[in-house]
Amino acid sequence: MEKILTQNWSLKDSHTLAVYESTGGYQSLSKLFTMKPEEVTEEVKKSGLRGRGGAGFPTGMKWSFIPKDDSKPKYLCINADESEPGTFKDRYILELNPHQLIEGAIGCAYAIGAKTVYCYIRGEFMFPYDRLQQAVDEAYAGGYLGKNIKGSGVDVDFYLHKGAGAYICGEETALLESLEGKRGYPRIKPPFPAVMGLFGCPTVINNVETIAAVPYIVNKGSAAYRQYGTEKSPGTKLFCVSGHVKKPGNYEVPLGYPLKKLIEEDCGGMRNGKALKAVIPGGSSVPVLTAAEAMEVNLDYEALAAKGTMLGSGGVIVMDESVCMVKSLLNLAHFYAHESCGQCSPCREGTGWSYKILKRFHDGEGSVKDLDLLLEIADNMAGKTVCVLSDALAMPIVSHINKFRAEFEEHVKLGKCPLE
Amino acid sequence: MPTLKIDGKEITVEPGTLVIEAACRLGVSIPHFCYHRKLSIAGNCRMCLVEVEKMPKPQISCNLPCTEGMVVHTQSENAKKWRKNVLEFILVNHPIDCPVCDQAGECKLHDYYLSESVKGSRFEEEKVHKLKKYELGPEVMLDDERCIMCSRCIRFCNEISKTNELGFIQRGNHVELRPFPGRKLDNAYSVNTVDICPVGALTSRDFRFKQRVWFLQSADSICTGCSTGCNIKLQHNKGIVYRYLPRQNEAVNQVWLCDKGRLSYKEINDENRLLLPEKKSEGTWQIMGPEGTLLELSQVLKEKAADSLLAIASAQSSNENIFAFKKFARALNAKAVLASSRREVKDPDSDDFLIKADKNPNSFGVEKLGFKKKASFSKAKVVLVLGEMNEADQKKLTDLNAELIIVFSSHKNSCSELAHWKIPVTLFAEEEGSFCNFEGRVQKFNAALKAKGQMKPAWVWLKDLAKKVGVEMKFSSAEELLKEGFKLDYKDLGVEGKVV
Ligand SMILES: Cc1cc2nc3c(=O)[nH]c(=O)nc-3n(C[C@H](O)[C@H](O)[C@H](O)COP(=O)(O)O)c2cc1C
Ligand code: SF4
Ligand code: SF4
Ligand code: SF4
Ligand code: FES
Repeated sequence: MEKILTQNWSLKDSHTLAVYESTGGYQSLSKLFTMKPEEVTEEVKKSGLRGRGGAGFPTGMKWSFIPKDDSKPKYLCINADESEPGTFKDRYILELNPHQLIEGAIGCAYAIGAKTVYCYIRGEFMFPYDRLQQAVDEAYAGGYLGKNIKGSGVDVDFYLHKGAGAYICGEETALLESLEGKRGYPRIKPPFPAVMGLFGCPTVINNVETIAAVPYIVNKGSAAYRQYGTEKSPGTKLFCVSGHVKKPGNYEVPLGYPLKKLIEEDCGGMRNGKALKAVIPGGSSVPVLTAAEAMEVNLDYEALAAKGTMLGSGGVIVMDESVCMVKSLLNLAHFYAHESCGQCSPCREGTGWSYKILKRFHDGEGSVKDLDLLLEIADNMAGKTVCVLSDALAMPIVSHINKFRAEFEEHVKLGKCPLE
Repeated sequence: MPTLKIDGKEITVEPGTLVIEAACRLGVSIPHFCYHRKLSIAGNCRMCLVEVEKMPKPQISCNLPCTEGMVVHTQSENAKKWRKNVLEFILVNHPIDCPVCDQAGECKLHDYYLSESVKGSRFEEEKVHKLKKYELGPEVMLDDERCIMCSRCIRFCNEISKTNELGFIQRGNHVELRPFPGRKLDNAYSVNTVDICPVGALTSRDFRFKQRVWFLQSADSICTGCSTGCNIKLQHNKGIVYRYLPRQNEAVNQVWLCDKGRLSYKEINDENRLLLPEKKSEGTWQIMGPEGTLLELSQVLKEKAADSLLAIASAQSSNENIFAFKKFARALNAKAVLASSRREVKDPDSDDFLIKADKNPNSFGVEKLGFKKKASFSKAKVVLVLGEMNEADQKKLTDLNAELIIVFSSHKNSCSELAHWKIPVTLFAEEEGSFCNFEGRVQKFNAALKAKGQMKPAWVWLKDLAKKVGVEMKFSSAEELLKEGFKLDYKDLGVEGKVV
């Protein structure tokens, strides 16, 4: 399989303009500027590319929501906040192939009529930030950014903005608030960013990996992109595998790839001869899979949905038999309680409450009735808030308890963790 | 114009109308905390969730525009359950210290708990503890444990006072309300945040712990702090005024009050209120009975008033009293000279919102009724003063060396001190009447308190005195005076008053 996102990663100095150009970088631009903006959007639509930030929203469709007859400036915001536990793909694109992101950004900006691109980068990403800034500087110097790009008459400016350590600022509207200099609170929708986004103007927000796929689609066309993946989930995707496998890391595979194959072949199987217990397939917020489910599922949007979980960001967290599922859930609850922005009552209180129950539970002071309470709290948190961070804890609560209930009940019986 | 159904009742509304507002018009009040008509929509409390047919998720009615054919349920099993669950969440970390909370009796959280939930808590963990007493500013105290993070106070400061001093810090259930570093909640309108805080998180430092709100009685009145004439609820118990709350008048103050005006109630409770008529004899004040006062005054007035009479009305008196005063002066002496005086404040503040530099409630009325500001007072033997004069006018009065000065006054103050007679009159809090605000809007106030001692409305004193002097003044109520003076009935004033 041809690599679309990682092809340069192993090259020395892959982050530099020289290496990028030498491998065909920025070649999509000459084709891009001969196309009409609508044609670019149409091609991306046809490619079937879906958002790689978590929600999997069709990218071309998102671009087409930008009003054409609006005289306000349009913006592209690239989401490089990557804070979802288990996810570490965007940082590699920033570190190892930043020019591909810039090239994709020019494509998107051209398609939606934006002259300004902001890249919102997770505050802790010092090194990726430096790499991207160097690339941006090189791109300006090379005439790929700024006024009249390569004589096309197209202007695109590219700015970096560092976050300040809040997971919630990865939520697209909290990102906009933060970028505007305000507290990172997700906005109520409607209005949607395509109509009222950054500074009240039409805005597209896309994940780093999403944008990085654009040059290939522009260059080679949607049909080429569609040769990989499945009918409904075309293309390739980065999976960040962490946990108890022999070779954790980033793997670019076509969508529809069997999870079993990813774990057993690409990642070299389980570490220390231990048995697989559970897999969280799409970043910490998606429902967990049992080992049996994991061994028969394919990595595409539809197959994972059929198993009651999601592709999410592609953060695959592999857990072996040594992992206590109460502790796994406790860990997640701690994260979401800490990261809830605190504006919605169900999320602010539900995440904190769940965490406290789980803490007590893990300490051996739980009862079976706590499990039912947790399930009810999860139900009351889900689908009733401004953003889906609330659901992001509700889903793991439901899946952990329902799929591993016996283990939770063991804690009650023994008055301690059976694995400790 | 979409037509929709809410709880089975049909309504047609202008496009863009929110479901929560349409419901309100149908008499369906959807519980809410963060939504406030005068503020931007935050949609954070999630209390107003409703069930809408064909929409898969619960919807917040405070951010949901009505659309054609929409079918909304606020009383379905789901909607009731959702509200109950949101309340449960809000109460998880709430201290529930209602017995010692100033908001008790007017707390939305308390009310909704009773109307929507009433169930025991399932929360067995330790609550998050926060500051119980944080001085947000000179007028406002914060109990952070009671804050439900609705952000109304923050939005008020951003959007109404436009002073932007508040924000949230921390995240999750550790969120706290704070002023920005180096700032305080210190603006001319800060106590409005206390009014709109749905719980007891924000309390007025002036009012807190003084009265349980269920002991308070309320009268519709007008603030006399400046010539804007903000509409108020004057709240009192056992003859003491405890606070003003804003009363909605879209044409004047919407739903707001300035802090200074709000605290101006204190002059009503003042220790220096004049309770009984007093007469100066040989330099000392002597208390007089009402009958003796009327008798003696009528005699001296009969003797002297024909010579020359100066009547000075101040811009703090009501239209009714000023009009009666004018009639009285004219009845005693057809050539009586009418003058007006205003309360002057050093460095008066004003802004382009509510606060006016003119700190008198009825400057427009006093002029309209024919009392003009005079550069100097004409020679007069008898001077009648209604209300409080400013310092310059007091000086002019002293210089006149008049033979008889009668001041109708609510307080013992430097002005009434100049008189030979001081006659105790009621304030707007103790009588019925009206003021004209700066733009000539006639607005009514109602009697809230019983008059103390021998205080009476000035028009009652004047009518009785006229009778003793031997002239008949034909009116027997404040309303008759307004009718004669302004061709208006009280009922003509409606809720927004009437511009004359
Ligand atoms: C709590 C929360 C955190 C998120 N964090 C990220 C993130 O770090 N990076 C990201 O790309 N998307 C994140 N998202 C998803 C974004 O809201 C948004 O859907 C995405 O950036 C859109 O880009 P895409 O269509 O290219 O996926 C987050 C969403 C939520 C609710
Ligand atoms: S769901 Fe949670 S994180 Fe999202 S806006 Fe509401 S409180 Fe904030
Ligand atoms: S102090 Fe009151 S008004 Fe302000 S956010 Fe808290 S509950 Fe809302
Ligand atoms: S603006 Fe004037 S009338 Fe209104 S509350 Fe303040 S002082 Fe009273
Ligand atoms: S009133 Fe609608 S969410 Fe608060």
